[in-house]
Amino acid sequence: MSAPPAAAPVTAPQRERLLGAYCCIGILFGVVLTKGELASWFRIQEALRFKGPYLYEVFASALVVAAPGFALLKRRRARSLAGEPIAIAPKVLGSGIRYVLGSLSFGLGWGLIGVCPGPLFALLGAGVSVMAVVCVAALAGTWVYGWLRPSLPH
Amino acid sequence: MFPFLLKSWPWYVTGPLVGLVAIGLLVVGNKPFGISANLRHMCAASFPGRVAFFQYDWRRAGLWNLVFIAGVVAGGFVGGVLLRSPDPVAITPQAHASLAALGIRDFSGLVPRELFNWRALLSVRGVVMMAGGGFLVGFGTSWAGGCTSGHGISGLADLQPASLIAVISFFAAGAAASFFLLPLLVPR
Repeated sequence: MSAPPAAAPVTAPQRERLLGAYCCIGILFGVVLTKGELASWFRIQEALRFKGPYLYEVFASALVVAAPGFALLKRRRARSLAGEPIAIAPKVLGSGIRYVLGSLSFGLGWGLIGVCPGPLFALLGAGVSVMAVVCVAALAGTWVYGWLRPSLPH
Repeated sequence: MFPFLLKSWPWYVTGPLVGLVAIGLLVVGNKPFGISANLRHMCAASFPGRVAFFQYDWRRAGLWNLVFIAGVVAGGFVGGVLLRSPDPVAITPQAHASLAALGIRDFSGLVPRELFNWRALLSVRGVVMMAGGGFLVGFGTSWAGGCTSGHGISGLADLQPASLIAVISFFAAGAAASFFLLPLLVPR
């Protein structure tokens, strides 16, 4: 993970209003993950076993919307509602080894439990209580990564 | 309740909405759409230890993201409980047959109950699957600096080469795990 960008100064009431907006967008995303079945182990396995197009269609159509949207925001030098210029921080490529090894580790886990981090939280809300164990395990994995970080290639 | 609210959504509704979520976060507060950073923020907030990776102002950097993820939990309740679909997940007959051949019997619900329940934690298979799988997801997304949302949606939509490498890698490993590891972990 790259260093978190410093937040632009915003006034206190403004910041609180925005937190409400993030929460609302989160609720929308949680509904999308469950009603769109992206939080479904069955859907993920269908895609990973190449037995159906659903997940690929979702990804493609998400990108068809997001990519021109991002490009337009960047070209127009648009400002966010918080007032700062919209800038998408580039991921530092480097040797690229962290993206290969990190994503291979992530993918192995993803292929087993069929949840990536977003659906993990959505399923907690959907009442699959044992996902709390998966969540604690994911936190443990994150912590161990942080601990080993100085000795891992990036 | 209106029955159409309970139906699952087709891809052409789901996908564009995911794209709009990513655009929405940028427009509201110049925030990058991503979930896995929350795992780091939670570690930093609750047990940072003496690990340098967790020594930063998580409130300043990540409070918005934690509020977002709290919304995702609430949205999961809305979509998965209040508007629970009465039908099983409509995977293709080929996918159904492939998973049935592995030993999956219960196709109701979003996840197979025979794999994801508390009693399964009493078996080695269940622990390997849930604790091992969860550990790898946390470890790997932190190492790669993103997951399916941060790399797969935000990064690809911004045409970042690092994200393309990440997406190819996690799809390849995911398929390998599904084909070669999963058969060892489904009780027959």
